[in-house]
Amino acid sequence: MWDYSDKVKEHFFQPRNAGPLPEANAVGDVGSISCGDALRLMLKVDPETETIQEAHFQTFGCGSAIASSSALTEIIKGMKLDDALKVSNQDIADYLDGLPPEKMHCSVMGREALQAAIANYRGEEWSDDHEEGALICKCFAIDAVMIEDTVRANNLSTVEDVINYTKAGGGCASCHEGIEEILAKVLEERGETFKAVPVNLHKDAAPKPGKLTNLERIRRIEAVLESVRPQLQRDHGDIELVDVDGKTVYVSMTGACAGCQMEALTLQGVQQKLMEDLGEMIRLVPTRAGSLARATSQP
Amino acid sequence: MEGIYLDNNATTRVDPAVVEAMLPYFTEQFGNPSSLHSFGNKVGLAVKKARMQVQELLGAEHESEIIFTSCGTESDSTAILSALKANPERREIITTVLEHPAILSLYSQLEKEGYTAHYLKVDGKGRVDMDEYKRLLTDKVAVVSVMWANNETGSFFPVLEMAELAHAAGVMFHTDAVQAVGKVPIDLKNSKIDMLSLSGHKLHAPKGIGVLYLKRGVRFRPMLRGGHQERGRRAGTENTASIIGLGKACEMALAAMEHENTEVKRLRDKLEAGILAKVPHAFATGDVTNRLPNTSNIAFEYIEGEAILLLLNKFGIAASSGSACTSGSLEPSHVMRAMGIPYTAAHGTTRFSLSRYTTEEEIDRVIQVVPEIVAQLRKLSPYWGENGPSAEPEKDFAPVYA
Repeated sequence: MWDYSDKVKEHFFQPRNAGPLPEANAVGDVGSISCGDALRLMLKVDPETETIQEAHFQTFGCGSAIASSSALTEIIKGMKLDDALKVSNQDIADYLDGLPPEKMHCSVMGREALQAAIANYRGEEWSDDHEEGALICKCFAIDAVMIEDTVRANNLSTVEDVINYTKAGGGCASCHEGIEEILAKVLEERGETFKAVPVNLHKDAAPKPGKLTNLERIRRIEAVLESVRPQLQRDHGDIELVDVDGKTVYVSMTGACAGCQMEALTLQGVQQKLMEDLGEMIRLVPTRAGSLARATSQP
Repeated sequence: MEGIYLDNNATTRVDPAVVEAMLPYFTEQFGNPSSLHSFGNKVGLAVKKARMQVQELLGAEHESEIIFTSCGTESDSTAILSALKANPERREIITTVLEHPAILSLYSQLEKEGYTAHYLKVDGKGRVDMDEYKRLLTDKVAVVSVMWANNETGSFFPVLEMAELAHAAGVMFHTDAVQAVGKVPIDLKNSKIDMLSLSGHKLHAPKGIGVLYLKRGVRFRPMLRGGHQERGRRAGTENTASIIGLGKACEMALAAMEHENTEVKRLRDKLEAGILAKVPHAFATGDVTNRLPNTSNIAFEYIEGEAILLLLNKFGIAASSGSACTSGSLEPSHVMRAMGIPYTAAHGTTRFSLSRYTTEEEIDRVIQVVPEIVAQLRKLSPYWGENGPSAEPEKDFAPVYA
């Protein structure tokens, strides 16, 4: 079964604002072709202030689709339409303490229903510009269409290019076969043949370690964390140094990183970087009882 | 054990008697069956006994036709790849659209490597067109692989007849029988089946043990080469404890065969009839008069399977679904799509698979719980009105698809 956060489960078992809203004056009906889920979002908008007074949903879909719908209605109630349009699918996922990468499209569906409902209210035609393909990279939730488009647009020819441009394949590396197949196909279209070259997953090899003072050591650790921070922040997360005790470095994962399915992988990557930089064994330990603890405590 | 386990087509609990039979082979009987000394020799004899127990259940003519492997998937791959290596000039392969990924993914990979794969289509009940099959059986075909029973619906394919036809056309025939073995009588010595795969954990043996049946005289090329284990047909030190467990499980399955086809079948029928009597807009999928005795697959229209499973789980009931969202892949069940089940129903398909441990009380409880769950989810569904599907469900709710 999926590793759903407690918040997802709670919103699934006790969905808020479920069922029809007869007095709705904004309705958005959207579906996700990749899994057949569909959602009707109904809003009661005050025409004077353009404020969303009521938001209801009906969803044909899985646990996370229902939870995402429920979360969306809670987020947007009381918002002005223009503010509601700024709600991103990541906001919905964050509200639910994260969604499994395969389920991020459920939150995308929620955002699209919102756009469709507001377009409906304003008498506009809503059309979708986002195409979904088969999920290739499960670490970073990147699909085939996205990879193919990027390969085409940027004339990429190696797996390493794809990692650098899309992040796909930069995690556990088990999707490299799928990425190679996409590359082979696109390369053939432009009359080239795909040649496999070894992928270097550990770039920026470590500088030579010397004997460091405690202060130097902590500064180095902070510098490494600083270097990964932009990447984490791009995914709405963050990392903070809590303490250093011998070879154990305690950190706190915050934002979207907290409870993220990829937390273990992220930590592993950061730990590797620390070890390379300091030239010694380091154990990176998250101080918060997050998904890692949840995963290990489950039977 | 707590909870009501109706997901026996996914995996089964290891029978306590099987565990007991296995335990000595982790401790005092640790020898390598290939060794000459008495540490190994005794284990070798126990493996031989297990081989004969499997032979008995399959109705195989010779015990040497039984090759122990690590799982059903390994047996499938070994069989198909062997047939291709043995017939290098034949570049076509046949299977059905309803197979398990263990066959379908392999076939799609073989297509990339230049083979032509034919996928037999099915009708609304999941039955193949035998005329189409006969037309495809030419001397270009290296192997046919057809599952004995479908894992989602439990429906049978006519493998005995299909094997006869393949044999007459000079084509090798393999069947993936992981769902059928132990649930229906099998008599391989009087069939034209060349190769058969089974998996231990589907019949109360542990995970990590499987069998490839290889009819004597059928040309074979091993996938794993190395030592002389399994007469050189599957190298690698034997998983002795699991082999012995599988032997015991096969003996027990044979003994329970009548129970499976009477009592388990009765409970399955009661469950299906009980649910369908109480839940409107639901129907059983597959070929319901020609299927495994333990499987019922019900499509609940206008709701989604994962949501059903999560709520069932809350009541301690374990089942499984053909919905997209329960598979990791996001693809809706290829079985339901191939049978032409509309997606508003396909997504709500729920599989209940019983075992000889299933009790009457458990079935009564499920019949009581399922209608409540379905009603609860339908209240959330945009296709559902006050007391039934909205007047024209597909028209009243026609979302924009991304």
